[in-house]
Amino acid sequence: MEVGQMQRRLAEFTKSMFMEGFLDGQFLQLQQLQDESNPDFVVEVVSLFFQDSEKLLNDLTLALDQQNVDFKRVDAHVHQLKGSSSSIGAQRVKNACVVFRNFCEEQNLEGCMGCLQQVKQEFYLVKNKFDTLFTLEQQIVAAGGSIPAMEITSF
Amino acid sequence: MKSVGSCFPNCQRFILPHQGILIPLSHSEMGSHLKIDPPPCSLPSSFFSSSLSFLAAVAPDRTPVEMGVTAESQFHVLAVDDSLIDRKLIERLLKTSSYQVTAVDSGSKALEFLGLNAEQARNSHTTSVSPNYHNQEIQVNLIITDYFMPEMTGYDLLRKIKESKSYKDVPVVIMSSENVPSRISQCLEDGAEEFFLKPVQLSDVNKLRPHLLRGRSKEQHPNSEKRKDREEILSPERTRTRYDVPEVF
Repeated sequence: MEVGQMQRRLAEFTKSMFMEGFLDGQFLQLQQLQDESNPDFVVEVVSLFFQDSEKLLNDLTLALDQQNVDFKRVDAHVHQLKGSSSSIGAQRVKNACVVFRNFCEEQNLEGCMGCLQQVKQEFYLVKNKFDTLFTLEQQIVAAGGSIPAMEITSF
Repeated sequence: MKSVGSCFPNCQRFILPHQGILIPLSHSEMGSHLKIDPPPCSLPSSFFSSSLSFLAAVAPDRTPVEMGVTAESQFHVLAVDDSLIDRKLIERLLKTSSYQVTAVDSGSKALEFLGLNAEQARNSHTTSVSPNYHNQEIQVNLIITDYFMPEMTGYDLLRKIKESKSYKDVPVVIMSSENVPSRISQCLEDGAEEFFLKPVQLSDVNKLRPHLLRGRSKEQHPNSEKRKDREEILSPERTRTRYDVPEVF
């Protein structure tokens, strides 16, 4: 596949991530902060998010598995996850966290368990999407091309 | 700006095409102290200071070079946030705006850095920031802190800063992911200049500049007063008559 085709594929893929609600405007802000002096900024921040979130999801699973669930603790973890997903523009994860926090407030264990599943699902979905995105970018760069800037008005 | 050896000609080669002027203020064995007259163009002087920092940093003898552009020296911002991702983000946002950044992960680390928490610094075993044992006043032009942090909230930090002698005039900005009007007004009432909702964006960071510039003009004001006093002392001498008649003041 030649560079032009790869670039078009990347643009379409990124656009679909926005259309399907995986990403919101905050991700565009991240891309704007990337430049020649910080060429890997987006990858670095998103990778940090993955590492951070996997740990949080493990902590959440553990916290909800206790005899006496400490809902405040669970809420603190979800708050953190909500914050970091919001910071990178992972909209669907963030929205799932909002619902999760409501159940924490109500101390509704079943609701929380359901939300945890939902958040995990959204997390792995967006992680897969990002893996594809970054692979496409790497292929373009390896072929000597450049990553096209996002056209904000195209959707 | 102090430059070394081949750095000066390199800086000169960079700035001259832009019609800027490099003025040596002093020469020494270790290098020259230079002043930059920013060129008359639309690029901000911060562009030149950061580009020249780069040039200076790649000086062949690898001597650490100090860059202090007297035309407009960099503002130093202390960022406080317990989230690693948010810290990285705010650091990038601030650096993009050409600010010098120190980022710490807690209120107590911030106080330690500022030298306001000497007691705690001596007792703590793990410090990722070089502890300020001697209560030296650090040059900080703005402090931006997250609200919700374990142990010490951004609000608590705000209070402590406003109570300190050295830093009470430093502008403080609070960030939060939650839009709680009572929280916002409480922070603003107790001295915070701005309250940003997370995720913080470039447009928010642009709002910081007037606070920083105001702080800078306050710093410069005491100097201009001293100059005025000196002039007042001089002028009676100038008006003294040539006959040297002693005048009673």
